[in-house]
Amino acid sequence: MSATFATHVNGAPVYYDRRGDYHPPNSTMLGFWLYLMSDCLIFAVLFAVYAVLGRNYAAGPSGADLFDLQLVAINTALLLFSSITYGFAMIGMQARRKAQVLGWLAVTGLLGLGFLAIEIYEFHHLIHQGAGPGRSAFLSSFFILVGTHGLHVTFGCIWLVTLMFQVQKHGLTAPNRRRLMCLSMFWHFLDVVWIGVFTFVYLMGSM
Amino acid sequence: MAAQHTHGQHDDDHFDGEQDFHVSYKGYATGFILSVILTAIPFWLVMAKVLPSSKVTGFVILGFAAVQMVVHMVYFLHMNAKVEGGWSMLALLFTIALVVIMLAGSVWVMYHMNANMMPTPDPAAMRNMP
Repeated sequence: MSATFATHVNGAPVYYDRRGDYHPPNSTMLGFWLYLMSDCLIFAVLFAVYAVLGRNYAAGPSGADLFDLQLVAINTALLLFSSITYGFAMIGMQARRKAQVLGWLAVTGLLGLGFLAIEIYEFHHLIHQGAGPGRSAFLSSFFILVGTHGLHVTFGCIWLVTLMFQVQKHGLTAPNRRRLMCLSMFWHFLDVVWIGVFTFVYLMGSM
Repeated sequence: MAAQHTHGQHDDDHFDGEQDFHVSYKGYATGFILSVILTAIPFWLVMAKVLPSSKVTGFVILGFAAVQMVVHMVYFLHMNAKVEGGWSMLALLFTIALVVIMLAGSVWVMYHMNANMMPTPDPAAMRNMP
């Protein structure tokens, strides 16, 4: 093997990484975190749109006319409970208890599906009343913001079911644990976004 | 790299990032109880119309939302200045800066645009415009 030598001006040898296999440790978690941050920017843009257009009712219904805060409270509770049940799954993963992981993941998934069911009911109800996304700028920005969050929860549920099959089949292997941790960040991140949604859209909209 | 992996707990297959990851019932329970309280108070403030002015209520519940986001970040997302050697926190701070500029800037600019619109002659006539 032909070696190339290089020396610094002070005579010390300079080493090059010629295999190129070095990568910073923890790269998956950091990369996924960067993805979440970029997702956060998507939501920030949609929040900005809602902040600008949220009061342009075009003589149509306002948030105070449309929002059912009890339904929103139930939805918020479902997401909050799903956060802690996912936490229990992570505790099970740390102790390598497969049954506990699968059980709590199932509970989390059901809570997520409950959230989606209520949201779909709410959207259907609004559109049925004539308050669809085409009614006013307020409703357009409402549907795109809340709908984007709902779409994220949908994909989170699909991912969760996929991981349940993976864990069922292959056990809590290192790749599966890594995937569970990524989904954990995704799921808790959606809960953080929901805090913004229920405060800024629903609570402030119905005052 | 390999040296980092040897101090694992039960089995030898580990992936990067698992070393500084330790969860406990206590952490999740603390976060959950705090977030239940921080969720219940804003809902109560709005649904029972506790405060006289809706402007004050708005600022108060935005404050609660900000605190609850921090609680979720710390107890559920396990965010601190040490994870990933501080890079996660740096990315988060950068994102928060962008979000604040984007949100505050949009609201500020659009508010002034609305305020500086030409005055409309008759609001009642405007309402019947197509």
